[in-house]
Amino acid sequence: MEKILEVKDLQLSFHTFAGEVKAIRGVNFDLLKGETLAIVGESGSGKSVTTKAIMRLLPESSSEFKSGEILFNGKDLTKLTDKEMQKIRGKDISMIFQDPMTSLNPTMTIGRQITEPLLKHQKVGKTEAKKIAVDLLRMVGMPKPELRIKQYPHQFSGGQRQRIVIAIALACNPQILIADEPTTALDVTIQAQILELMKDLQKKIDTSIIFITHDLGVVANVADRVAVMYGGRIVEMGTVDEIFYNPQHPYTWGLLSSMPSLDTAEEKLYAIPGTPPDLLDPPKGDAFALRSEYALAIDMEQAPPVFQVSDTHFASTWLLHPDAPKVEPPLSIIERMKKFPGSRYYEGVRTNG
Amino acid sequence: MTQNLEKLPADSFKRITIDSSQAEKISKPSLSFWQDAWLRIRKNKAAIVSMVILLLILIMALIGPYIGPHDAETQTITHSNLPPKVPGFEKLGILDGIGTLGGTEVDLYEMKKVDTYYWFGTDGLGRDMFARLWEGTQISLFIAFVAAAIDVLIGVLYGGISGYYGGRVDDIMQRIVEILYGIPNLVVVILMSLVMKPGITAIIIAITLTGWIGMSRIVRGQVLKYKNQEFVLAARTLGASNNRIIGKHLLPNILGVIIINTMFTIPGAIFFEAFLSFIGLGLQAPAASLGTLINDGYQLMQFQPHILLFPALVLSMLMIAFNLLGDGLRDALDPKMKD
Amino acid sequence: MAKYILKRVFYMFITLFLIATATFFLMKTLPGSPISSASKLNPTQLAAVEAKYGLDQPIPVQYGKYMANLAQGDLGNSYQFKGASVTDLILKRLGPSFLLGAQGLILGISIGILLGMIAALRQNTIWDYGSTFIAILGISIPSFVFASFLQYWIAVKWGVLPVALWNDGWKSSILPSIALAMGPLATGARFIRTEMIEVLSSDYITLAKSKGATGFEVAFKHAFRNALIPLVTVMGPLAAGLLTGSLVIEKIFAIPGIGEQFVKAIMVSDFSIIMGTTLFFSVFLVFVILLVDILYGIIDPRIRLSGGNS
Repeated sequence: MEKILEVKDLQLSFHTFAGEVKAIRGVNFDLLKGETLAIVGESGSGKSVTTKAIMRLLPESSSEFKSGEILFNGKDLTKLTDKEMQKIRGKDISMIFQDPMTSLNPTMTIGRQITEPLLKHQKVGKTEAKKIAVDLLRMVGMPKPELRIKQYPHQFSGGQRQRIVIAIALACNPQILIADEPTTALDVTIQAQILELMKDLQKKIDTSIIFITHDLGVVANVADRVAVMYGGRIVEMGTVDEIFYNPQHPYTWGLLSSMPSLDTAEEKLYAIPGTPPDLLDPPKGDAFALRSEYALAIDMEQAPPVFQVSDTHFASTWLLHPDAPKVEPPLSIIERMKKFPGSRYYEGVRTNG
Repeated sequence: MTQNLEKLPADSFKRITIDSSQAEKISKPSLSFWQDAWLRIRKNKAAIVSMVILLLILIMALIGPYIGPHDAETQTITHSNLPPKVPGFEKLGILDGIGTLGGTEVDLYEMKKVDTYYWFGTDGLGRDMFARLWEGTQISLFIAFVAAAIDVLIGVLYGGISGYYGGRVDDIMQRIVEILYGIPNLVVVILMSLVMKPGITAIIIAITLTGWIGMSRIVRGQVLKYKNQEFVLAARTLGASNNRIIGKHLLPNILGVIIINTMFTIPGAIFFEAFLSFIGLGLQAPAASLGTLINDGYQLMQFQPHILLFPALVLSMLMIAFNLLGDGLRDALDPKMKD
Repeated sequence: MAKYILKRVFYMFITLFLIATATFFLMKTLPGSPISSASKLNPTQLAAVEAKYGLDQPIPVQYGKYMANLAQGDLGNSYQFKGASVTDLILKRLGPSFLLGAQGLILGISIGILLGMIAALRQNTIWDYGSTFIAILGISIPSFVFASFLQYWIAVKWGVLPVALWNDGWKSSILPSIALAMGPLATGARFIRTEMIEVLSSDYITLAKSKGATGFEVAFKHAFRNALIPLVTVMGPLAAGLLTGSLVIEKIFAIPGIGEQFVKAIMVSDFSIIMGTTLFFSVFLVFVILLVDILYGIIDPRIRLSGGNS
């Protein structure tokens, strides 16, 4: 399939009073046309920064691209001028944010907020734009869109506001939609509605989605592929099944073990010990080693290279090195692996999924 | 995706156990709130310079009236209206005792046969402006500090009680504040200084009468904010007494805000004293404050600008320094600004 | 909203009633007779004059009369100006004071907003430091110090503009207006800077940028309005500051306005003018605060539609 976005060896730092924070330390991934890629990781892992870097929404005074490129249809976004970038934002790549309560301008009617990208990027008049805005609102499931278009954000509920934000993001039929934890701030029932809506719309307008979340339940629901980020790097990447049923990185094991589930009737939920690394002074070797019970001596010395597990599955851990000792993943992970053909614990009883 | 790996020594792949306490280790040295605030304010050059200037003015206000060759009260009519003259500077062409008389520049010291130096000149009654300036500064600062202290005391008590006890107490206390708050500060200050015998006490009372309201509102807001936060509820569940909750949990948290607000109360009081003196409601002669000195100087501005210059300069420096220091403290103590 | 305004108006009247009462009784406690020439008169003459001003009646009666007159807008008669009505004296001098106040406010606020915007959009650059420095000077330097120096340098030394008085038409109002403008300028600049910085870091600004809005559009279409609305809340204190300023500045520039009359009345202890002007100031300020509250409700859609902000 066609690659629409390629991120190559991206390194980005923030300059703060305390020093240089190396927020992204060599990130590689690509996005295919029409697919949904989920980026998961805990707070501070660099997932939000990565997407904001793609959009070039980071403050220019304090952030700096150290190396790498972001290729969108062959154009390197890191090299574009502000003007060129403004033509891409909202038209080719658009974004949905975490908190719908604060992401709409409180003193502007939602009609004006939805028509803004239309008037900007497409050659439409005001009346035409208004008509499209009404259609967009109807498309995202807003009742009585003709009336509501004249209202202000505070007159809508959280779920409705997120629908509006989605309408704004989809106004110009973007090729890439970046959703930065779009359901985190919503009630669980509303979450499900918004996810369904996004899946529906993706089919309708054939856009690629980068979905940032720390909620693995959501990932299983929406994603085609998953990238797991830790300490400013992608530590494991693969299809949903590969990540959920044949995880290789101890951090992914930790993430999966800490996810409550119905079929593994474990009494206690697992919690990953310790705190994320300080990116002001990142560890020399594997950033996760200090919190891992599977740490190897080399983890302290050298960052692991990327090992290929399958055509689509990559992980960056020394455990995959041929010389590394074979370790036993946690029990719950072994249980998962038993269901995955090709994993070393596969029992062949059931097909995957 | 390099799969052809370099050969690594075998013992690189020995499993190691990570001390889990090391994973929990906090890599940065832990700083108390005040240490952290001090580090921040030290970076703020304007605040540091302001602190130094304030300290210098304070020292001069205390010792200034006594270090010059003249005292503040002695009137030497023959030495009246002399421009500033400082030994050492006279050769540089400034502060050399030369002033204008009838449109021409003359050495007034020579003309009036004065063989002593008046560093900041003299006023119309021949009093030494240097000594008078620092005496005036002393009185202005005294008024400001006392007024600010009273404002803080009443404001913190009133706001604290109102916020902490809540309910009906808060209701009644806030209705009172609401009405008082509607009364313009200016009006109260003017009325009170009219009614009372002019003097330091009258000015302090006039300034503090409504001055505490701002502080009380801020303290009440802070107490309300913190008293329902989990750490206070936790302390209460563990059986902490009211005194302990106030002293150990609430006060340390709102102290920053109190300090910041005090830093803005002091220049406010300095300003009101000077303002009242300037419109004729302040201290009466022969007492001097920055306000009365400026008022005197203003009358003679056209002919003896130095009489206005020095007190106006000190007053402005005081105000600027206090405001800059207040700004710096706000940035340093406001946890919202933490990076 | 209507209920809220009614409540506020009710509070306003209580405040004004208290101020009027306090003013009246405070004046009654003052030592000596308010009649300036009292010492020169013999007892019968004094009694006659006192009777003329109603000063011979019991205090409660005087109070009742005073409040009744007040309700009709009658602030009593001046002792100093041979019984002229204080209301008339104030109204006659309203013009220059109003002109200075309006000019100072408009000049100060517009430059202040400009400086604040520049500072916020060019944060931590020389522009920011420069405008912050001007704002600090404006907050710190008392208006009478600033006015004295303006007068000394621009009028006395350079002779560009009139030194004082109200004889050169609009030219006479320039220096006092500039002196008055410093307060609103500084307040506006500091306020807008803080608000803009906060607004610019908000999520909806990021969303606006992610729609492809240019820097200019983000600053003026999205951020400016949201930063400007809260400025209304400082209009009350600003009005109070203007009044304070007007007292000293009208004195310095000898402007025939209310402030100058007030300061003169203090010098000669004309209590009816002092009382009247004080009340006039109170009514003005209390009204401004009420107006600001209502205005805030009108321009902020969040309050406008949800009805009342209390």
